[in-house]
Amino acid sequence: MTQKKQHVTIKGTKDGLIFLLDDHCSYDSLLEELYDKLSTKHYQGSDEPDVKVNVKVGHRYLTEEQSEEITRIITEGRNLAIEQIHSEVLTKQEAELLRQESQVVTLTRVVRSGQVLKVRGDLLLVGDVNPSGTVMATGNIFVMGALRGVAHAGFEGDTRAVISAALMSPAQLRIAEEIHHFGEDEQEAAMESAHLDDESGAFVLERVQQLIHHRPELQKNDSQIIDG
Amino acid sequence: MGEAIVITSGKGGVGKTTTTANIGTSLALSGKKVCLVDTDIGLRNLDVVMGLENRIIYDLVDVVEGRCKLKQALIKDKRFECLYLLPAAQTKDKHSVEPEQMKHIVNELKQEYDYVLIDCPAGIEQGFKNAVAGADKAIVVTTPETSAVRDADRIIGLLEQEDVSAPKLVVNRIRGHMMKNGEMLDVDEIASILAIDLIGIVVDDEDVIKYSNKGEPIALHTGSKASIAYRNIARRILGESVPLMSLEEEKGIFAKIKQFFGVR
Repeated sequence: MTQKKQHVTIKGTKDGLIFLLDDHCSYDSLLEELYDKLSTKHYQGSDEPDVKVNVKVGHRYLTEEQSEEITRIITEGRNLAIEQIHSEVLTKQEAELLRQESQVVTLTRVVRSGQVLKVRGDLLLVGDVNPSGTVMATGNIFVMGALRGVAHAGFEGDTRAVISAALMSPAQLRIAEEIHHFGEDEQEAAMESAHLDDESGAFVLERVQQLIHHRPELQKNDSQIIDG
Repeated sequence: MGEAIVITSGKGGVGKTTTTANIGTSLALSGKKVCLVDTDIGLRNLDVVMGLENRIIYDLVDVVEGRCKLKQALIKDKRFECLYLLPAAQTKDKHSVEPEQMKHIVNELKQEYDYVLIDCPAGIEQGFKNAVAGADKAIVVTTPETSAVRDADRIIGLLEQEDVSAPKLVVNRIRGHMMKNGEMLDVDEIASILAIDLIGIVVDDEDVIKYSNKGEPIALHTGSKASIAYRNIARRILGESVPLMSLEEEKGIFAKIKQFFGVR
């Protein structure tokens, strides 16, 4: 029982290194051991290309400063590059954000000229978006009415987001960072949906019925189907 | 206790003042006690359209700043005993009045009159906020032009945030033949974009300008379509259900006979 328990385990895989950090010991002893382990000659800098490192901290919550500190200890002066720090735990705040992002916000109103409606999660708007009106969602946007203004789905960068409308006649569509201007030659269409092509990243507009082929993840809570 | 209705549009030149003058006149024709309030401080027009310009002694800003009593500033119409006007000041600007003060004045007028019609200035700034402050209801005036409809939409959005019940729509300056040819926005299309109830449509009529220059609201002169349209709006405000006017041009007897025989 005299042997000291290992707090830091380093594993090599073909994709790089995995650092398994114990989640029961104190943070300070973790840092100490990490430092000791890395100071062996084996990990000193050379001209070789960087090795990818995935850090797994188990059920330990790391603050932003702590994450930075660990990153600094691992990478400084070494041929190591952090790919991801993975923790099993979230703060309540992060959990609440995730919960909101997975929900659908249902609103019945007309978004008029000059109004900007911005939601976390998916937006289901039962009403119209008028010219010069804007709707934004971190997730998908579904308009059960005429979309004549601007719709921005996945505005925090989700390129998988889609925009669907009962009447698609927008001024502009945006998904993540992509912008699509509606030209004069584009006709308004009923029951259309827009998404970004997986390979080219270009805008694709097609009938909503086609969506299931490109975005199967849109189906949610299907365990609640009683019949059918 | 009367009702205060603000007449607004966002865009300028679509006919707010003309509409205010004519609805007011039509309501007075039905024997209601009506007070018109011009809130376009600095660019007043309602007094001119009503032909009351020469009778102004005190104005809205005088009332607000306590130089006169509210009753002293009201001007009685030439033609009706039951129609009054509270003119705006021409020398001040919109910031001389606060929404709270406006609310106070309108509430006082509501005790005395059946209808208080508030003529709103163009724009969405202080003048608009003043005009809307005391209003219970709103009428939004637009013309069949994209820009006017866009501004009307913006205004409806702002009205929805105020303590005003669902606004009603007047489509003004309609040219029947242009609408029929699809060169102008259709009334149905406008109503569908703005998603509010239509309370009247008014055709573009040269007589409106002619009489307005004379200081006589066209509603006084029967025989023109615009006059009937304004009277119909007043009847709808009074709660009657009046069908919308047909936009078809009146055809001559020969055209009717030709149509009967199927000759084009």
